[in-house]
Amino acid sequence: MLNLIFDAWKIARKDLTEFIRDKLRLVTFIIMPIFMMTLVGFIFPSQNSLKNINIGVANQDSGKAGTTVVKMLENLKTNGSNVFKVEDYPNLDSIKEGIREQKISGGLVIPSDLTSTLASNKQADITIVQDQSNPQISALTNQILQQAVAGFGQEIGASKVRSLLVTTEKVSPQPPSSPLAFIQPIKSTITGLVSGKTNYFDFVASGIMAMVVMTAVLTGLAASVSRENEQGTLDGILVAPIRRLSIIFGKAMAQSIRGLFQGIIVLLLSVFLFGVTIHGSLLLVMLVLALGIFSFVGLGILVSAAASEQETATQLLFMFQFPMLFLSGAFFPLQQMPKIMQNIAHLLPLTYAIEALRKIMILGGGISEVRNELIVLVVFGAVTLIIALPLFNRLVKR
Amino acid sequence: MENNQDDTNIIEVKNLVKRFGKFTAVDNVSFNVKKGEIFGFLGPNGAGKSTTIRILTTLSLPTSGEAKVSDHDVVHGQDQVRRRIGLVAEKVILYNRLTADENLEFFGSLYHLPKKVVHERTEKWIYKLHMDEWRKQQVGTFSTGMKQRINIVRALLTEPEVLFLDEPTLGLDPQTTHVIRTFLRELNDQGVTIVLTTHDMNEAEALSDTVAIVDHGKIAAIDTVENLKKLVPNVKDPTLEDVFLKITGEETRDIASGKITSSRRFGPH
Repeated sequence: MLNLIFDAWKIARKDLTEFIRDKLRLVTFIIMPIFMMTLVGFIFPSQNSLKNINIGVANQDSGKAGTTVVKMLENLKTNGSNVFKVEDYPNLDSIKEGIREQKISGGLVIPSDLTSTLASNKQADITIVQDQSNPQISALTNQILQQAVAGFGQEIGASKVRSLLVTTEKVSPQPPSSPLAFIQPIKSTITGLVSGKTNYFDFVASGIMAMVVMTAVLTGLAASVSRENEQGTLDGILVAPIRRLSIIFGKAMAQSIRGLFQGIIVLLLSVFLFGVTIHGSLLLVMLVLALGIFSFVGLGILVSAAASEQETATQLLFMFQFPMLFLSGAFFPLQQMPKIMQNIAHLLPLTYAIEALRKIMILGGGISEVRNELIVLVVFGAVTLIIALPLFNRLVKR
Repeated sequence: MENNQDDTNIIEVKNLVKRFGKFTAVDNVSFNVKKGEIFGFLGPNGAGKSTTIRILTTLSLPTSGEAKVSDHDVVHGQDQVRRRIGLVAEKVILYNRLTADENLEFFGSLYHLPKKVVHERTEKWIYKLHMDEWRKQQVGTFSTGMKQRINIVRALLTEPEVLFLDEPTLGLDPQTTHVIRTFLRELNDQGVTIVLTTHDMNEAEALSDTVAIVDHGKIAAIDTVENLKKLVPNVKDPTLEDVFLKITGEETRDIASGKITSSRRFGPH
């Protein structure tokens, strides 16, 4: 057993030395997760990430109310920066034209009678114009604008109720403590399992981490075995008096070390560049990654056994990886998928690794909360290894 | 050619068969190699030479039949066989991004040889192959000839009783070819049995004590070079190439998907 581990380590060390000396592969290896995280971090916007969005405002109201709405929009801030950069437009048509020319990402039309309508205790109507060519930004912009308009409406409502209360106090035996109790009798309070707000990036970071690590192991292992097979160096190892198991364990060891290293890069980037907070134990995160790697080793060996050439291995792996990207819940919550897709997703080890990472990183879960996911990863890894090892032996005895 | 062979068989092959699906690559082959001889294993492309060598070096399992190297069965005594052989395959077994020394240390470690022993054995051979000054350089920077010389040192780390060489001088310049051939003779003088697969008839003739000519998976002829030449009595001063063409014919062999077909027939030799 000890010999097996020592022999495996010799092969792993050789693989890692070769890898470190291949400057191009090393640079790609480090840049890939940085590139991926930066890309995902910046292309998927959250409310917090919206800054200086150009919107057009057609303030047709000459009264005080219109000016107040515009000022409110101009001063709306997130994380210390202005959400909107307000530009003046004369009317609805010009705002539409502005959106069409992609000069602005949405707009607001304040009607000329806003102040007078409010003064006469009637309901006023402010129009929000959305950019339908960009549903994601548009949805977030609409949400912020609606909240802003609703907030402004509430303030006006509260001041009206306050003045009404002065007269009703005399007749009502139990006047309400606040005017808001009239306008909004029930309010909801949102609370989570951990303090602070989470955004889409918190959700996606754990997904990317699991994905980067595991696909690195899967592709790396298959490519490494088929490359040696193609170059003929595998014969040099096979002709030595060592067990076949130590060859594949050595290769898996090298790829696992590489995978974990990449995982750490993603983790550091998430924390220091994108402000992701890890609420659970860092050790547990590492354990999930390690077991995730273990769950993929068998699959990697299976692919190596099936494909004798590097190119075939790459193509085979692409077939696995591509659906896994979308099905594992790395980018989209599984709950959004149809039931049948959810069932398929639960056949993939990546899904369990991602679920476990989210429970730990976002919800502060401990080992008891991720026990089931860890068991699935171990069982999946063990079963695929049991199938893959005899197949690998067959490959090398062809 | 100096002859230091004795009558003991170091390789014994009996009724060896290897099939790949319906294709029979090695068809009931039997032969022996005497201890200390240089055994030339010749044949056209796809004749079954490499498959036989792969079985003898434990890289492939036979479908049926028996083969022993140094009294150890190639199926049931694989590790014992592996400790007694060296392999210089057609493709160079070295890692380009490791230095010559690192490659030798790595392969030595797979045989559980202490570093000190690897260094001693490296020293022993590397000077003779004129590669001592290149030891600290990455193999990827070497020419084909330099790589092949380090490749031979690698195969000798185990101090093998039998050295298998598959096309050891293919694509090398005349100088390197000369160095390698001289070295192989010296090695043989020291008692190492050499099994040489080559398409270079001059090389086979210059080095081999015994030559086996394989065709269509079978041994077509096996004898000393001198005796084989008697098979072409009509040719004045016959060469091994004349013998080879007489036995295997002049048709080229094309192999695809395990099928061998004959193609163009060239004019009479």
